[in-house]
Amino acid sequence: MAGRSTSRHKIMLLLLVPFFLWIFAFLLLPAIMMLISSFQNEGGQGFTLGQYVKGLTHPLYTAAIKNSVILSLVSALVGLAVAAIGAYSFTTFSEKARDRMLSLSNMMTNFAGVPLAFGFMALLGTNGMLTLLFKQLGLSFLVFDLYSWKGLAWVYIYFQIPVALLIVYPSLYAIKEEWKESASLLGASAAQFWLRIGVPVLLPALVGTFSVLFANAMGAYATAYALVTNNFNLLSIQIGGLVAGDVFPRVELGSAMAVILFVILVIALWINEKMLRLARKGGGLP
Amino acid sequence: MNGVSGKKSAASRIGHLFVVIVILTFLLLPLLVTFLFSISTVWDHTILPKGYSFDSYAALFSDDRFLLALGRSFLVASVTVVLSLIVMVPTIFIVSLYVPKLERWLQSVVLMPFAVPGVVAAVGLIKLYSSPPFAISGTIWILIGVYFIIILPFVYQSTRNSLRSVNAAELMEAAEVLGADKPAAFAQVILPNIMPGIIAASLLSFSIVFGEFVLANMLVGGSYEVVQVYLYHMLGTDGHRSSATIVTFFLLVLILYVLVLKFGQRKPRTAVTSDAKEGNPFELRPDSKRVEKF
Repeated sequence: MAGRSTSRHKIMLLLLVPFFLWIFAFLLLPAIMMLISSFQNEGGQGFTLGQYVKGLTHPLYTAAIKNSVILSLVSALVGLAVAAIGAYSFTTFSEKARDRMLSLSNMMTNFAGVPLAFGFMALLGTNGMLTLLFKQLGLSFLVFDLYSWKGLAWVYIYFQIPVALLIVYPSLYAIKEEWKESASLLGASAAQFWLRIGVPVLLPALVGTFSVLFANAMGAYATAYALVTNNFNLLSIQIGGLVAGDVFPRVELGSAMAVILFVILVIALWINEKMLRLARKGGGLP
Repeated sequence: MNGVSGKKSAASRIGHLFVVIVILTFLLLPLLVTFLFSISTVWDHTILPKGYSFDSYAALFSDDRFLLALGRSFLVASVTVVLSLIVMVPTIFIVSLYVPKLERWLQSVVLMPFAVPGVVAAVGLIKLYSSPPFAISGTIWILIGVYFIIILPFVYQSTRNSLRSVNAAELMEAAEVLGADKPAAFAQVILPNIMPGIIAASLLSFSIVFGEFVLANMLVGGSYEVVQVYLYHMLGTDGHRSSATIVTFFLLVLILYVLVLKFGQRKPRTAVTSDAKEGNPFELRPDSKRVEKF
């Protein structure tokens, strides 16, 4: 009897082998190779910290990191603000309307990357619909260059909003109407309610969402790439160019930059994790 | 909703309506313009198109390059999803019922793809697979390999939740008491019961693979051109085909999305209801999708 059950156990563990092999071949081994490669000379020899030194000191790459961080911070902040206001407005509608609006917004998370780049070109490109409309209405001051940082920021904000709505909606939904009523009975204005109760209660969720959005933008590649190929000096674009660019590839430096990006993301997601824990603890606030 | 708040909300309701309309319009506008472009004849320096026709779609669906790319995308997505189910459903089943020690570990491994953007994942894969002995870069195999990893979180969550909501442990026990051995109990009792969840996960995974661009472009590019890479190549040269491709892609996503909702909400057929009201901590919805594809 015992023999039979251990052999059964062995068969079961055997069934797990394909999964382990797959994880090893396409997750673990590539990660190890990237890490090793990031410590090698150009050409893949020896051991050096040179790639990291270059990645963190060369003006081209420090600018890329800085640009990526600024773009991510700005797009995450604006995206979160818009989504928080939007999510709160969503909660005031009937359940049916709410579900429809959320489904629509969630659908739009699919409108990212290359399709998104096209949509914005058709809308705000040189001959885009809105560009021409603004010009004809004499509102030329509203026209901006889509292929500039300002244009890219708009596109990033665009793809952050549905993601932010998705994450932040549940916590705004938890703000109870009774809290507002009690606060207003006690003489608090709407502004006071939000300042003293609403925002503090939501803070962990907002910070958590912010870090997810930040990570989202830091890792984004397709949209900027589709807009102007390699012309924006962003960290993700640099990595892509170094590893798979048309000019001769420098995989080692690309690996080091990828590790740097990964570390930034881990920190952002770690903050998110902390905030989620805090939010769960503070969930029972009166 | 008493009288006071009722009066107050009459004024603020208009404000909320305004906010919602502005946001949803902003979100829909690029897609609407893309659609308008796809049904336009000429649209280069006027605010609205000069005329309308479905010629873009006719041209697109008679373009062999597009049809081939579409076929490749279907092939990659189907093979990946099928392989993932064959490997992952038994793995998740065994770990959650018989090797609970591995559960936490499995969960964190499976969630890892969330933290790794495509551009980072591509680096190690290029390093590893673009030279012998495993030179599969530029082929369908590397795509299947890495997409399997990308869809792991969705397949895991949905399968795990289904197992939990049908109370798989009790079902297995009951089946074994009635004389079925474990493989038979799994195939004839568990599998049919978790099918709706598995179908929902498959459809969602399919749409994720179908929309993936970064890895397809960096690892394979033109040597095995899938729809997203085709679209990228058309972007600068042919606005009509680009827009028609995008609308076609979005219609497909829409169909998959509706199906996911349908299957995701279907109640399991089992009569076991002991903890049915507990609900799933992470119910599968198309929106549990995140980040990595931008």
